[in-house]
Amino acid sequence: MSDTVQGFSNVRRTRFWQRGFLASQSAYVLLALIVLIIVMSMLSPHFLTDGNVKNIIRNFSFVAIATLGITLVIITGGIDLSVGSTMALSATVCSLTMAGLSSAGFYPFPGSAFIIALAAGLGTAALIGFANGFAVAKLKLAPFVTTLGTLSIVRGLTYVATQGRGSAPSGPDKELFITAMSGNLGGVPVGFIYLVILAATMWLALNHTAWGRHVYAIGSNESAGRLTGVPVDRVKIQVYVLCALAAGFNGIMVSGWLGSAPANLAVAYELTIIAAAVIGGANLAGGIGGAAGAIIGCVLIEVIRNGLVLARVDPYWQQTLVGCIIVAAVLVDRFRSLRNG
Amino acid sequence: MALLELEHVSKDFGAIRALSDVSFAIEPGQVVGLMGDNGAGKSTLVKIISGIYQPSSGGVKLEGQPTQIHSPGEARRLGIETVYQDLALADNLTAAANIFLGRELKYHVGPFRFLRHRAMNARAAELFAELKSETRADDLVRQMSGGQRQAVAIARTRLADARLILMDEPTAAISVRQVAEVLSLIHRLKDAGIAVMLISHRMPDVFATCDRVIVMRRGSKVADKPIAESSPEEVTALITGAREAA
Repeated sequence: MSDTVQGFSNVRRTRFWQRGFLASQSAYVLLALIVLIIVMSMLSPHFLTDGNVKNIIRNFSFVAIATLGITLVIITGGIDLSVGSTMALSATVCSLTMAGLSSAGFYPFPGSAFIIALAAGLGTAALIGFANGFAVAKLKLAPFVTTLGTLSIVRGLTYVATQGRGSAPSGPDKELFITAMSGNLGGVPVGFIYLVILAATMWLALNHTAWGRHVYAIGSNESAGRLTGVPVDRVKIQVYVLCALAAGFNGIMVSGWLGSAPANLAVAYELTIIAAAVIGGANLAGGIGGAAGAIIGCVLIEVIRNGLVLARVDPYWQQTLVGCIIVAAVLVDRFRSLRNG
Repeated sequence: MALLELEHVSKDFGAIRALSDVSFAIEPGQVVGLMGDNGAGKSTLVKIISGIYQPSSGGVKLEGQPTQIHSPGEARRLGIETVYQDLALADNLTAAANIFLGRELKYHVGPFRFLRHRAMNARAAELFAELKSETRADDLVRQMSGGQRQAVAIARTRLADARLILMDEPTAAISVRQVAEVLSLIHRLKDAGIAVMLISHRMPDVFATCDRVIVMRRGSKVADKPIAESSPEEVTALITGAREAA
């Protein structure tokens, strides 16, 4: 009886380059990035100079951590439009807290103002993320509309908190704050070091924990997740909280670099961040994406921006070109998936 | 003793009575066909047994014990596994990842728990070998044929010690050869002593695999008899209402 049914002999083994990272959009965007870097370095002698490379690294680090966060949300099939506003409010709360502690004279030990202010900024971000996650997971609201609302609410709060004037970190830990957020460690911008650590953690969580599996499963087939006992609502809330935390931290980093937190900090950054995630291979339909792709997307956008500046191209072309790349990236992915069936 | 007993189970959705006073029992190792037209209450019945719905009245007994099944997870812990009509697979995960979804194997490193990829792939490969399916544990479900996807969904039910497997239209969307594959899987489950409830529209499938057939019409059970004492003609008549009961 066991031999009456033949196996599926028409199923062939997929080749190594047809599976895993090598088959992903991230991989050929990385290839495009490498080609672009080679071309740039041939066209401009300034491109690979120490100063310019550091400049590029610092610039993409300013959005890359938030891109990691939004990639998590996108993998679950959601979207978070409020990341730019969250960056601004977290930075504002952080610097207001520092200023407040300083004027209250509360400084129990060196570094305390920095730690409390950072916690306040990140706490604010976590609250925003929780609100988003709760609305999406428990109240079943559409992520796009919910976070569009949050975008406006949070930006409004940022203006209200400073009467539109913005704020600046001050007090005894100001120097520490600026060093920790935008200094260099062994010649490398610290922002990049944070990014690498967070990206490695995210990669580990996505690929080697049950939680990561659940994130992909929710984006792939949410009802299947529910039927197989995946805590769908909890995981969804967690990804929105993580996304907001990443954005908040990125915002605080930017304010450290600027030395202030203007109320219009990171306006419209959500578009760059989503663009970077999508170029890097995160699929807005859910279920696909990763830490490496998020960073590749950010680097690609920044390298193009930088290259256009070096080539003395009118900076107004930047947006147009980034838009073309978004469309090109998804188009190539479309052709590839057509070919592979 | 019967493995599963339903006693006077009814289910209302607002003003609609989806199930009315349904009782039956499934013995260990028995393959029971559940037939009926669209809207006859088959899926509602399956969802009550698999813990998605709670009965409005009546009760469920498992090995003689009155039991309440509150969630799909709880049904699974009680040894009731379900192959859903849409298979409930995540396309972007591998076969092994789908099989272990929600009950991954992990190892501890301090406070962290990481996936045991190799152990899960090996176990999944074992299950596919048992099911005599050529499905590979580390292939993405997205790339699989209908029959392979079915094998993944069925392999998932074999992970734990299931006593009863509910299959909702397992042959509805697959090719003729794949149907043969699925039916032989059902035979193998029966040989392993597992009770199967096969929900199907397809008369030949039910008559090829089942010991008993239950026919539903408009939320009520209209027949429950050994397959040997029935015929496709009789069952068709019962489904359509040409015959009131048997």
